[in-house]
Amino acid sequence: MIIKIDKTIPSSEITDPELFRNRRALLKAGMVSALLSPTALLADTSTSPNSSDWSHLDVADNSLNRGNATPVQVVKNYTNYYEFAFDKQGATHAAQALNTDHWSVEIVGEVEKPCSITLEDLLAKQTLKDYVYRFRCVEAWSMVVPWVGFPMKALMDRVKPLSTARYVVFTSANQPEAMPNVRKNLMLAWPYTEGLRIDEAAHPLTLLAVGMYGEVLPKQNGAPLRLVVPWKYGFKSIKAIVKIEFARNAPLTTWSRFAPDEYGFYANVNPNVPHPRWSQYSERPLSGGFFSARRKTELFNGYADQVASLYDGMDLRRLF
Amino acid sequence: MWARIHTIWTVSILACLAPLALLVWDILADNLDGNTVQAFHIRSGDWTLRFLWLTLAITPLQTLTQWRGMAEYRQMLGLFALLYATLHLVGYLFFDHAGQWKTIVIDIAQSPYLWFGLLAYLIILLLGLTSPKSAKKKMGKSWKKLHRLIYLAAAMSMLHYFWQLKTNLAEPLFYLAIIIVLFAFRVVMWFRAQKASLNINTLQLKKQTSE
Repeated sequence: MIIKIDKTIPSSEITDPELFRNRRALLKAGMVSALLSPTALLADTSTSPNSSDWSHLDVADNSLNRGNATPVQVVKNYTNYYEFAFDKQGATHAAQALNTDHWSVEIVGEVEKPCSITLEDLLAKQTLKDYVYRFRCVEAWSMVVPWVGFPMKALMDRVKPLSTARYVVFTSANQPEAMPNVRKNLMLAWPYTEGLRIDEAAHPLTLLAVGMYGEVLPKQNGAPLRLVVPWKYGFKSIKAIVKIEFARNAPLTTWSRFAPDEYGFYANVNPNVPHPRWSQYSERPLSGGFFSARRKTELFNGYADQVASLYDGMDLRRLF
Repeated sequence: MWARIHTIWTVSILACLAPLALLVWDILADNLDGNTVQAFHIRSGDWTLRFLWLTLAITPLQTLTQWRGMAEYRQMLGLFALLYATLHLVGYLFFDHAGQWKTIVIDIAQSPYLWFGLLAYLIILLLGLTSPKSAKKKMGKSWKKLHRLIYLAAAMSMLHYFWQLKTNLAEPLFYLAIIIVLFAFRVVMWFRAQKASLNINTLQLKKQTSE
């Protein structure tokens, strides 16, 4: 039996003669527009975390001037990521093995809608902005980083924590195959865990960040989704978040568990409360140059006006 | 012979200055990492330790090789330890803190690891100042006693290193292992000397009683 194949071309595939005649002009126009804005060729630039042009986002109210930002090369190459390596250069290199494909975040605990949200879904419903924040490490160095993200509060509004939820617990990715120190179970209790009191999490300064310097977060800086709490020491701003739990009780966070006398749950930047082994009175701003002297560290990293009221009546020396 | 020794000296001094030259080059070429001042601290601190350890290695080497011409090299290595320690301190006071004394005082008061470092430096400085032959002659027996403080300086610099670490003990443990070997050598030699003098004493005693 011979199968006859209809070789007529469907009308939808027939080029409009008018278009055909103008094809050269159209091609030229297309090439020019592609040259002028390469991103026009990429799909859905506003929300896709893999092909993002976030260079012209609105700047959030709480931001510092973008001109204060630390050189991007410094931020990309000077970061702690103990899952990968105990030295910063090694961590930057090794973190490239992190698998960020098909990322989703589990929302569990005391919450109206426990769920698993894909990163695309999460971003589709958020307005991303630029947040230029100070970043102060417990090691007494500091940076200014223009994050791309949205307030943690926006996620809370979406998933609706119950009134019983008093803390938020964040958990980092657990990828032993990519993370040498997790695989060897070295030093800290993995996976990395951090937490905030719920009012801290809902504070407008607290961010979930997906980018920095107008681009997707580099893996070493916490891709694809990290927390940013600018008035606390950097170790609170957990990277590569895979789980957010709303909890009744305060969690035992990774560094507090490792050395409770050195790293408290609150970890608010405070020049008056020294680390047991070193002073927190001053900090070294990283500028990429050799001759950049220390400056005095500010209470709550300079955000006291906005966050001090969260800690009214609390003894910050005891609850460090 | 004299020319050969002269060459050895020149080469040694140039070799000891090479880390400094490299450090200056790395500052000018911006090869240090994002925390450039800390990178300077680490580099100058590491070289202080290395020269201090080399200084302490001379006596065991002398004993093992029976070569007596090394005391002057020990002095030179000690002075280079002082040079790198001074850079370390100057970096802290003037590059890191830009000479702001209030911040410096608070920083030192609140950071125990700096106390150990400062004590180690003061000892090394004192030993450096009293290292010339003239001082050695003048001080007589007390010179040797004073210069035994180098062991305390080594211990303090080790504490200074360990006390400020958050992680990564590998490198300080390496330095610690070496200094333990160098100290152990001296302890063994001291016990041998004790035993030897005891033997001599008993021999003499036996001699006396038999006479």
